[in-house]
Amino acid sequence: MASYILHKADTRGHADHGWLSSHHTFSFASYYNPERMQFGALRVFNDDKVAGGRGFDAHPHDNMEIISIPLEGDLEHKDNLGNTEIIRQGDIQVMSTGTGVFHSEYNANKDRPVSFLQIWLFPNQLNVTPRYDQISLDIRDKKNQLQQIISPDKDDAGTWIYQDAWFNMGLFDKGKEVNYKVKKEGNGVYVFVLSGSFTIDGQAVGTRDGIGVSGAGSINIVATDENAELLIMDVPML
Amino acid sequence: MQIDQLNILALGRNPEIMLVMNRLLNAPARWYGVTVNTEEEMLAAFATTSFHIVLLCAGVTPEEEVRLKAQLSALNPSVIVRRHYGGGSGLLNNEIKFVLDQENIQLAS
Repeated sequence: MASYILHKADTRGHADHGWLSSHHTFSFASYYNPERMQFGALRVFNDDKVAGGRGFDAHPHDNMEIISIPLEGDLEHKDNLGNTEIIRQGDIQVMSTGTGVFHSEYNANKDRPVSFLQIWLFPNQLNVTPRYDQISLDIRDKKNQLQQIISPDKDDAGTWIYQDAWFNMGLFDKGKEVNYKVKKEGNGVYVFVLSGSFTIDGQAVGTRDGIGVSGAGSINIVATDENAELLIMDVPML
Repeated sequence: MQIDQLNILALGRNPEIMLVMNRLLNAPARWYGVTVNTEEEMLAAFATTSFHIVLLCAGVTPEEEVRLKAQLSALNPSVIVRRHYGGGSGLLNNEIKFVLDQENIQLAS
């Protein structure tokens, strides 16, 4: 039987450092809520906004799959693997941090903020050689349908990570309906609404709300606003 | 259980990350952190200090994790051994708090 956990947008943790405004769906940094530690393999879901010219100085990560999705503006990435890249709206960045990587992420523009999602998953393999990847998607491919952006398979659509997880994005007209079939038995689905509103198996969710569904073979999604956008994360429940 | 100081030992094979971990583990009041890069260093530290928590970090394999948990528990049955993910940034502080909650350990304020 399916079970649901709803995280309303205004119940997320929030840190305001002036240059950084970050909403945390799960416990992160100074936000600690023992009821919100993870949803299966999904451990971090941060909704970040960084002021012009500011950013995160070099810092380490290991044994996490880290996915960054710019929503507005441009993000400049540098790491000790030798990568210096700019990621923009429509791009997806992945770091498999494995044995360890140091990186910085800065707003590439001085005159406007950058908004992006930062998502961390526990990996299905420990201590892999660190890897960086970045892809550009045609955002028209998510109009009124789901566009796969992440999978475990190098040869599948989107980019890939060391986890049996699949991410899809979709931008829908009001009234559009889609049934999402869970990719792997035992996986759960966490849906985050980027804009507008939806019903997920009949439950109303609004902008920046998240809902986790476990024990379901599929979920029914109906857009209840024009230009309603969501991100679906299909992850092992560990 | 209430304690005056939380002693944490962390083993990881990435020396640069363990330097950061050392700084983070010693930042909060009443936390005392020791970081090491080898099993030999870990066992030497374990013999001289009563650690409440041992963190196994990047570079420690799942097989080593199983063996080390058994070895450390045999030396001190009350020690809490956990895999640490993430390299310190963002997760370390609240994951330690979560362990303390789970184990009903209160750090004196």
